[in-house]
Amino acid sequence: MKSFTYERVDTPAAATAAFAATPGARYIAGGTNLLDLMKLEIETPTHLVDVSRLKLDTIEPTDDGGLRIGAMVRNTDLAADERVRRDYGLLSRALVAGASGQLRNKATTSGNLLQRTRCPYFYDTNQPCNKRKPGSGCAAIGGYNRQHAIIGASASCIATYPGDMAVAMRALDASIETMTTDGKGRTIAIAEFYKPPGTSPHIDTVLDAGELITAVTLPKPVGGTHIYRKSATAHLTRLR
Amino acid sequence: MSRRGVIAGGATSVAAVTIAPTGAVAAQRGNPAPAAPTAKTTLTVNGTSHQMELDTRTSLLDALREHLQLTGTKKGCDHGQCGACTVIVDGRRINSCLTLAVMHDGQAITTIEGLGTPDAMHPMQDAFVTHDGYQCGYCTPGQICSAVAVLDEIKAGIPSHVTGDITKAPKLNAAELRERMSGNICRCGAYSNIIDAISDVAGVKP
Repeated sequence: MKSFTYERVDTPAAATAAFAATPGARYIAGGTNLLDLMKLEIETPTHLVDVSRLKLDTIEPTDDGGLRIGAMVRNTDLAADERVRRDYGLLSRALVAGASGQLRNKATTSGNLLQRTRCPYFYDTNQPCNKRKPGSGCAAIGGYNRQHAIIGASASCIATYPGDMAVAMRALDASIETMTTDGKGRTIAIAEFYKPPGTSPHIDTVLDAGELITAVTLPKPVGGTHIYRKSATAHLTRLR
Repeated sequence: MSRRGVIAGGATSVAAVTIAPTGAVAAQRGNPAPAAPTAKTTLTVNGTSHQMELDTRTSLLDALREHLQLTGTKKGCDHGQCGACTVIVDGRRINSCLTLAVMHDGQAITTIEGLGTPDAMHPMQDAFVTHDGYQCGYCTPGQICSAVAVLDEIKAGIPSHVTGDITKAPKLNAAELRERMSGNICRCGAYSNIIDAISDVAGVKP
């Protein structure tokens, strides 16, 4: 792992200020994906801004009958929330379909949204990968790609999105609230949040540099019966 | 003197011998390697506070094993997949390999050494011995820390992938225990005895 400096911040404003002040900075929350990638030197931040103790760890009702989920709410707590289980069963089901109990205790709502692909060629630093090293090529195209993207792929990248939670949030029409480094914020519909790979697969989302996710909001419950079904293949190769 | 004492002592003396010449060579060349950034942190492990200054890259697992000599917690895959490094932080089980020690300043960390001692074992440790819930034993500390937290999770009503009606409290049964223990791999395959041990403590039929 490459060395880095570290600081912990208490407020979202302090987080974005710390990010803006230090080139090479990254936010770290649960760290379950980022640290794994740092060990492999796929991610090489030179400064970590620890946002794991921001007071964004509550789930509150919104004025229009939905829920606002703080960015630091742990996956375990989100899946276990009574309102989520009752009104957004899909989300609860999706969360417990992924990872392990240990990882769900650590992983946060915002970090889960930002986890990176598990494409084996992205992980293998001896292989070309446009997502890891822009312009180097794609070893998955023409490689072992039975589990790669069928839709939404490009000539540069056929990696899939790895998460379960975001799939449920997309079906539920969630919105993502952020704070930018100029202290302002914006709301992004999850349908607009992820970028198709196109010619720049190294950019996963529409977030600007240093833009911090502060919450995810769910609209009023739609009712009905919720089922989350993972394909048999995906289930056998369950992601950790 | 214990086996652990011999190993820890041996490692220290070897390090003392090898570091000195390396440092001298670097000084002669006038090009010492820049020191890696460090950070001060206080780790509270099994009720004891330790003030430490660590390379920021140090995982919680390495801090426990290499700096505090608490070698009960094991390094398996070091990528959060096998569960051998499971410890309990503020009441929740986590993979200590996938987190930085400096992120846990002031939090209460419980390792296998804090659950019980050879003379006064935790009921879960006792049950693993009774039911032979291991073969080589390498995954066992992680299995036990995980199992203790799993019973608390079911008690707290946290759902799992096999919970039938997600709006109701999860049941305490073998299927729930198996699913919840899926983040702890046992390469010897002692799973049936591990489930027997946890079921015994939980008071359910395996």
